[in-house]
Amino acid sequence: MSALAEVTNLNIEFGSGPHGTWPVRDVSFSLNPGETLCIVGESGSGKSLTGLSMMGLLPPGARRRFGEYRLLGQSLANASDRHMEDLRGKDLAMIFQEPMTSLNPSFTIGDQLTESYRRHTGATRRAAQDRAVELLEKVGIAGGRNRLRQYPHQLSGGLRQRVMIAMALMCNPKLIIADEPTTALDVTVQAQILRLLNSLQEEYGMGLILITHDLGVVAKVADKVAVMYAGQIVETGTVAEIFGSPQHPYTEALLGCIPLLGRTRSGEHLRAIPGTVPALHGDLGGCHFRNRCDYARPACAGQPIDLREIGAGRSARCILVGDHQPRTEVLP
Amino acid sequence: MAGYILRRGSVAVAVTIVVSILTFLFTNVAVDPAISMAGEGARQEHIELVRVQYGFDQPLYVQYGHWLENWLSGDFGTSFRQRRPVVDMLQERFPVTATLAFSALALALLISIPLGILAALRPNSWLDRITLSIAVVGMAMPSFWMGMLLIYVFSITMRWLPISGGSTPMHYVLPVITLAYYVLPPIVRLVRSGMIDILRSDYIRTARAKGLRRHTIILKHALRNALVPVVALGAVQLGHLLGGSIVVESVFSLSGVGLLAWEAIRAGDLPVIQAILVIMAVIYVGLTLLSDLLNAAIDPRIRVS
Amino acid sequence: MTEPTAIADYRILPVEPEAVSANRRLGQRIWANKGFVLGAVVLTLIVLIALFAPLLVLHDPNATNLLARRVPPVWHLWFDGDMKASWAHPLGTDQIGRDYYSRLLLGARVSLTVAFVAVVVSGIIGTTLGIVAGYFGGWIDAVISFFITTRLSMPAMLVALAVVSIYGGSLTIIAVVLGLLLWARFAVVIRSTTMQMRDLEYIAAAKAMGCSTLHILFRQIGPNILSPLIVVATTELAVAILLEASLSFLGLGVQPPTPSWGLMLADAKADLMFDPWLMMIPGIAIFILIFAINLVGDSIRDITSVEERS
Repeated sequence: MSALAEVTNLNIEFGSGPHGTWPVRDVSFSLNPGETLCIVGESGSGKSLTGLSMMGLLPPGARRRFGEYRLLGQSLANASDRHMEDLRGKDLAMIFQEPMTSLNPSFTIGDQLTESYRRHTGATRRAAQDRAVELLEKVGIAGGRNRLRQYPHQLSGGLRQRVMIAMALMCNPKLIIADEPTTALDVTVQAQILRLLNSLQEEYGMGLILITHDLGVVAKVADKVAVMYAGQIVETGTVAEIFGSPQHPYTEALLGCIPLLGRTRSGEHLRAIPGTVPALHGDLGGCHFRNRCDYARPACAGQPIDLREIGAGRSARCILVGDHQPRTEVLP
Repeated sequence: MAGYILRRGSVAVAVTIVVSILTFLFTNVAVDPAISMAGEGARQEHIELVRVQYGFDQPLYVQYGHWLENWLSGDFGTSFRQRRPVVDMLQERFPVTATLAFSALALALLISIPLGILAALRPNSWLDRITLSIAVVGMAMPSFWMGMLLIYVFSITMRWLPISGGSTPMHYVLPVITLAYYVLPPIVRLVRSGMIDILRSDYIRTARAKGLRRHTIILKHALRNALVPVVALGAVQLGHLLGGSIVVESVFSLSGVGLLAWEAIRAGDLPVIQAILVIMAVIYVGLTLLSDLLNAAIDPRIRVS
Repeated sequence: MTEPTAIADYRILPVEPEAVSANRRLGQRIWANKGFVLGAVVLTLIVLIALFAPLLVLHDPNATNLLARRVPPVWHLWFDGDMKASWAHPLGTDQIGRDYYSRLLLGARVSLTVAFVAVVVSGIIGTTLGIVAGYFGGWIDAVISFFITTRLSMPAMLVALAVVSIYGGSLTIIAVVLGLLLWARFAVVIRSTTMQMRDLEYIAAAKAMGCSTLHILFRQIGPNILSPLIVVATTELAVAILLEASLSFLGLGVQPPTPSWGLMLADAKADLMFDPWLMMIPGIAIFILIFAINLVGDSIRDITSVEERS
């Protein structure tokens, strides 16, 4: 089965010279139709920028370079702005983090739902509205045509996010990128939205890249996982592999931070990862995690560390891969 | 929405009443109206005669009551200086001021909105810098000096345009340009900064993510939101233009309401002064109300609440 | 197990930026802003000129010299070959032979005096009203807002004209009248700033700790009002200068023989065709002064708003 999307060697640079930063370095992954890839990392890891670069929506001042970027067989590494414009909203869609500010307050949601459909398919207003109503039902918003006349401020955050999802689906995209879609929502609503995304994916068979910092979300929806730290992918694998036997010290530490019912004893200190994420100027020389890593040794500094393949779709960016014992036990 | 209009409307009416009271107090208390009317140098008996005949000896609130009554029936009093109904004088002069004000605002909007958008699309480019310079220079230039400069360059040196007076449309070119440059800077800065902020917003990012074309995003999504404060500003500026064109009318010798006010003030012509002050207040208040209503019409968040 | 003393250099990552105190950073940014520096320098220069004007004049600004009327500025000697121009009157003379340079310097005094007094008076009135309205809210706010709206419904120019025409046009009267007219913008801005801050959590925390209202007003809200206050003050300073010049231009401001830039411009109008410098010089002076004030105000606004955002 050929991959739906393939990114090889993505680099994003801001500025240049001594003040330049490299928020994303050497990122590669691939996705098959119907699959969900979760890109996990903390703020500043470069995960959002990765998603934006796939859409061609990087902020001005950012320069991206793909080794290769293939979507549905086409190479988009050097696609023009015009080409990306034609793809966005049609084959490629994105959902953002902040439902409260992601919709234009001056237009009805009907207007905002139908405009991309009409732009990409040339449909009439009537036909577009019918489709909008159909999709609103799919995402669990009842009320038919009347809903279309409402304005964003009349809807709650959860409803707005559902509208965003419906909007993304209007033209039947093959790939959806969701950047922290549930972070700004209440916990109960989070679960609903995730279930919704899951069921829609099963129904329409599109690929989903879900960007998050929440390991709980990863556990619920992911097929494949890519862990990012300080601009690089440090580990990839299936969700079972990542949670079961993390190979990179960062992943291990992340999982170790989660307090577990029945395992963490009362009175025990919650584990945190000491130190801070490095600033991304210039060349960090070697492993980006070494200032916080329990297993660091001299060979970690100096040479840039490559991503080492451990199996099919399984890799880790650590020189100790295979050599050390994970300290967290297998999660239930 | 109805409640909103009602509230705003009642404030407007209250303000107008207060201004009328203040104006009345000012023109009848600060100056002795009998003296103004009789003229300076008139004899004491003459002044007293005038005082009784015109009711200036009655209690203030009675005088105010009469004055209000007359006003509401369209009688704005009789000019001390010209012995004509003030209403007539205003009617003669108003078209000049109105033409100036509306033309100037239209010209200013016509230039500043596109310019502000273009500057916002290319921040820190040469176009942006020129736009900001135009705005910054405009804010530092007194309008009467600008007028004189324009006269010097275009009327005297180049002889393209007449120097002063208001008989032909060509006479209005320089005054309109002067006034337009007076109100243009705040508008262009507002459009520019509004567009810059909006173009960075989340919903514009959403619009881009939907693959909408650039001109759709700028002209439909962004501009619509950027214009909301411009409407309010435009109304305020129109008020300033209507009330503040005194100096420009003076420089270009245009017989408008502004010049009338100046002449009346110099001559102590109280009814005219009163009338102009109150009418200006009505216009200001009316424009503010209008801009509130326009805002409600444009911004759904105000309307549907 | 890693020992604390044996942290080898392989663990150390390249440099992290050093922390600088917030105030020092603000100071650095203010002085790095070229607009601010230029504006502040020019403004200080003009203030100094105004202060020391009597010492800097070349002639008595009111001394007429009918033999030296409308003498052009000294550069006409070089460019036009006009022999009347000389360094005795570097900026020429006006229609009755008074030295233009000296009158210009004194005019600076007039403009700045009126403007500063007006801004101080209106600033005090407006800030007080704004803080009271913004902090206490309720009917107090409603009343004060009503006053503000009423004041804004009357064109300042007309009211100033009317008042001055009755009470005469002395420096003091004009300054006071402007001071009593220009408080509205202060009130509006300070009110909204106060309201924004009143709702912030640290005010609630201060109240919970039992701080008195006065204390909160002075120690908590006060310092944060400073930067919007300065920005509004510069705007109103420019407005006051323009108003005074306009009033004088219309003949209802400062009365002759006191030199005011507005008066000089009014007198220059008749001589526009043959002696344009009479109009150019005071006009450029007003322009430079207001430009400098706007530069200072704009740059302070830009700097402090960026601070808020980050």
